[in-house]
Amino acid sequence: MNIHEYQAKALFEKFGVPAPKGAAAKTPEDFINALAELPEGPTMVKSQIHAGGRGKGVFTDGYKGGVKFCKTKAEAREAATRMLGNTLVTAQTGPAGRKVQTVYFTVASDIKKEYYLAILLDRAASRPVIVASTEGGVEIEKVAHETPEKIFKVVIDPAYGIADFQVRDLVSGLGLAGAEAKNAARLIRALYGMYWDTDAAMVEVNPLITTGSGEVLALDAKVSFDDNALFRHPDIVALRDLNEEDPKEIEASKHALSYIALDGNIACLVNGAGLAMSTMDIIKYFGGSPANFLDVGGGASKGQVVAAFKIILGDPNVKGIFVNIFGGIMDCNVIANGIVDAVREVGLRLPLVVRLEGNNVEAGKATLASSGLTIVSGDSMADAAQKIVKLVA
Amino acid sequence: MAILITPDTRILVQGITGDFGGRHAKLSLDYGTKVVAGVTPGKGGQVFEHGAHRVPIFNSVADAARATGATVSAIFVPPPFAADAILECSDAGLDLAVAITEGIPVRDMVRVKRAMAAARTRLLGPNCPGIVTPGTGEKSNGGCRIGIAPGYIHKKGRVGVVSRSGTLTYEAVYQLTVRGIGQSTCVGIGGDPVNGTSHLDVIRLFNDDPETVGIVMIGEIGGNAEVEAARWIKANCRKPVAGFIAGSTAPPGRRMGHAGAIVGGAEDTAAAKIAAFKECGIEVAVTPSDMADALIRAAKARGVALS
Repeated sequence: MNIHEYQAKALFEKFGVPAPKGAAAKTPEDFINALAELPEGPTMVKSQIHAGGRGKGVFTDGYKGGVKFCKTKAEAREAATRMLGNTLVTAQTGPAGRKVQTVYFTVASDIKKEYYLAILLDRAASRPVIVASTEGGVEIEKVAHETPEKIFKVVIDPAYGIADFQVRDLVSGLGLAGAEAKNAARLIRALYGMYWDTDAAMVEVNPLITTGSGEVLALDAKVSFDDNALFRHPDIVALRDLNEEDPKEIEASKHALSYIALDGNIACLVNGAGLAMSTMDIIKYFGGSPANFLDVGGGASKGQVVAAFKIILGDPNVKGIFVNIFGGIMDCNVIANGIVDAVREVGLRLPLVVRLEGNNVEAGKATLASSGLTIVSGDSMADAAQKIVKLVA
Repeated sequence: MAILITPDTRILVQGITGDFGGRHAKLSLDYGTKVVAGVTPGKGGQVFEHGAHRVPIFNSVADAARATGATVSAIFVPPPFAADAILECSDAGLDLAVAITEGIPVRDMVRVKRAMAAARTRLLGPNCPGIVTPGTGEKSNGGCRIGIAPGYIHKKGRVGVVSRSGTLTYEAVYQLTVRGIGQSTCVGIGGDPVNGTSHLDVIRLFNDDPETVGIVMIGEIGGNAEVEAARWIKANCRKPVAGFIAGSTAPPGRRMGHAGAIVGGAEDTAAAKIAAFKECGIEVAVTPSDMADALIRAAKARGVALS
């Protein structure tokens, strides 16, 4: 689960991670109150969407920059007025962009130098890793590619937690000394505490900055959480912003379906994540284009199949449907009945290819054949994929 | 010999009194697997009944292992309590803990993995379909089935299968079986970012197992475990290996069902893994329908008889 920068900054404050003072506003009326919390002078105005590249983004009405430096509060208010309710398109949002429903004002810092700091899981080590770089404010992937020697990593032993010598290594790697070193050490410890205590999947500060007065501050914040751990963090669940999520994905999650929209025209309905991924792959292999990832899980019910059909048909790009079920334990005939019900209930007119395999498959195939519906049967994944690709071509 | 488990392996089921654990304990009993104990804290002394089977339930893994000689556990405990259930197996000194549970927090698994670093107990999973060593009976009955895989699709034989995904494993096993090619052992290592036994661990076991003559390795996007295994195969494994990677069409940054199936960087894409497979002499299945045929090609090239 992702959260907005302003929400992440509130968590930073709670865990003692220093950041520039800021205040969020969701309506034009809020602007005055929010700005009143900040001192007079240079102010940053930041569009709050769950996507990067905001600074270089362009709004659909032509206004440029989702993050603005303003010399005065009055200027900041004007910029916020242009951003709120407007749709921001960045390199990460896709052409449709995202509607800005919150703006975040912060004190504009006197930046001396920018750095990079992140904490995430090192999969190979199965431990948390702190990644730091002297190159901040730019894409870390670019740094990793061009100047990998400027990135350094410290893997944390979860049994001990972050050790003093590791903090010293990080701070000296960043080239900090004196008061800056002391402040950076405190920030790193606090950030690790937050990462660990909140079950974060990733905490990224880009840039981390030093200021003219020796402060070390988290200028930006990108934080995501482990979905599997949300059950023990109701306070974090409360930060979820459904406006940032695809309505079809939200609907799917209500039915315990895992759905991700893609931009093709062949909808998929599959049991199991690996099989669902490879169903998309095989459609592509035979020249088609998958419209979605949809995993109905290991024990799909009839109700779930009906819900899944409704969700995939909610995508106007869909021109055909490929159902691929390997019913190892689950009864193929139950699935077949679910498909027949769903097709009748939604009045499906698009081509439908079904590949069933596994437990009680003969009965399932008979159910489909005797339904009187136009359902094309596929013998293998390859056979079925070729059939649906041909039908939508 | 198969790997990790044989038809004689005695297993216990943690969470046998739950719907999920109970249903699969029954299917394992029907398959002929020696399910000798159940564990549910607070329900010790009760009995799990299925047909003529009467499986005693214990309060702890240690009690169950001591009383019944069980050496392997199948864990069906809900996510908030699953890490504890795994550690209990380790504390009781079992040979193998197979964690079926899906949805265990990553932080729990990071701690569990650290705690088990020096333990004698091997962990398989979590979020995995389990492990099957097929038997010699009809529809491979008489084998050892731990977890949720359909037993009947297997056939006793000489091919090892290792995979991160459940249904994709069944797909591969079924393709082998309908071509008359049996399996030594089929291992699901699970779709989570932090798991116990890795692809490489299983490949090493298959390489050392005289009964196994060929290997199917199924991976997906995310992490570098498949590439690590491929490099080792290139240097050490003389048995034919076929590989498949799911997720060529997955967009970066989106978690595709499995918590671990997410493209983060350039190295964990399907394309990068497939390239590594090819470079390491692994016969790549071009589609998921091609997994068994890819192994047949690899075996033919090396003059190995798979069945």
